[in-house]
Amino acid sequence: MSTSETRSHSFDASSILRSTHDHNVPVEPCLRVENLNLYYGKKQALFGINMEMPKKKVTAFIGPSGCGKSTLLRCINRMNDLVDNVTIDGKILLHDDNIFDKSVNVAALRRRVGMVFQKPNPFPKSIFENVTYGLRIQGINDKRVLEETVENSLRGAALWDEVKDRLNDNALGLSGGQQQRLVIARAIAISPEVLLLDEPASALDPISTLKIEELINELKEKFTIVIVTHNMQQAARVSDYTAFMYMGELIEIGATSQLFTKPSKKQTEDYITGRYG
Amino acid sequence: MDNSKIAHHISENFNKELEDIRNKVLAMGGLVEEQIELAIKALTTGDMELAESVIKQDNDVDYFEMEIDAECTQIIALRQPAAFDLRLLLTVLRIINELERIGDLAERIAKMAIYLSSKEGKSDHYLELQHMAGLVKEMLNGALDSFARMSVDDITEITGSDAQVDYEYASIIRQLITQMMEDPRNITRSMDMLWTVRALERIGDHSRYICEHLIYMVKGEDVRHLTQAELEEKMKS
Repeated sequence: MSTSETRSHSFDASSILRSTHDHNVPVEPCLRVENLNLYYGKKQALFGINMEMPKKKVTAFIGPSGCGKSTLLRCINRMNDLVDNVTIDGKILLHDDNIFDKSVNVAALRRRVGMVFQKPNPFPKSIFENVTYGLRIQGINDKRVLEETVENSLRGAALWDEVKDRLNDNALGLSGGQQQRLVIARAIAISPEVLLLDEPASALDPISTLKIEELINELKEKFTIVIVTHNMQQAARVSDYTAFMYMGELIEIGATSQLFTKPSKKQTEDYITGRYG
Repeated sequence: MDNSKIAHHISENFNKELEDIRNKVLAMGGLVEEQIELAIKALTTGDMELAESVIKQDNDVDYFEMEIDAECTQIIALRQPAAFDLRLLLTVLRIINELERIGDLAERIAKMAIYLSSKEGKSDHYLELQHMAGLVKEMLNGALDSFARMSVDDITEITGSDAQVDYEYASIIRQLITQMMEDPRNITRSMDMLWTVRALERIGDHSRYICEHLIYMVKGEDVRHLTQAELEEKMKS
């Protein structure tokens, strides 16, 4: 009976078909990596990486341990500056600005490019203080602005309903999954353009993981997201584009739907199907 | 048999599971080929025991279909296959569906054999029908062979035979129509023949579909609903 009810509504089948086949929407790059080489001391870790990460899309880096995916991710907000002995040549363009330019203020760059790590790292302060931390550093102390940001950020991180009645409790009292979403709220509170996620769900249980994945899907409406993950199914679920890296080289980058059903390189095929090359 | 496409997983068990599915599909295919062979023989010789065995064999074919289906479902749920592995399993699910239909068509021919032999003796039309049966058997055999080799290098030769089958089909139909016009007493018999020829023609179609599924498996290209010329063009590129 319900079938006939739904069927009685007239609908345009051909437009539905068109919309599901519409792959040719142009994408605007947000980040562009050009001829990037990175050395830890004498050991080269990244070899001539060239790629684009489109604006307001999710790009996932996959590859075996030690392939350079986290190293590449950490380049994007210059976290590698903190590591001794690292030399980098090549460019990473955020829109049209090379982030390695001498004129670039690293703190300002990191405000534009936020990062979330594998293990949730909330400060041992209240939930409220955690989210407003970045704003306070910037000298913003207006109570109304802070409260507004806390609510918006926590809503954005899908955590508001769970913590709205205990904003002054210590953040360390939250569960692992909640802590990770709090850290994401902290990252988006300062309105970055790009969010870098380094294994954001690998320390979480399956339900918390699904919540993070769902959140990533919502966040990409506002932010360009780059995620490193060991979990290939996760990359397949959350990303629009996937880059496969192996031994410091970018082997293949493409639309996720394509890469997981019909990769163009044998190395990619071997990795995603669990074969030894 | 070339195992390189399904082997080399880090999980040895996964290799075994895929190998097992491949072997079962080939066994099912062999059974269906035998069904066609025996059904045609039953029709041309009037051997009722053969016809009965074809009908019985269809239970085994159905059983294979359900078993392979269940194994594919298990693998998809437990191993989340990707790339070639995923295409292989999707293709197997489609192929066993085609094979099951072919089995049903062979069964229909066997039932027709029983029905016809209860009414009359041999007829000269069966010769022409045998030629057509030979063609569709070759198509199915070639398709299964491609599956065993996991290669589609000469697949367009097999799909090309479908035009030959269709041509034979049309010419037998023309003959039957002529006979019906010549003498209305031929109508019942011609109609019965028509169902048999129609079944063979459908077997040719299903064999062609198997080839199309195989192209998807090996190349990742969906080539359904293309003409033979378009298909050949696509395979060249």
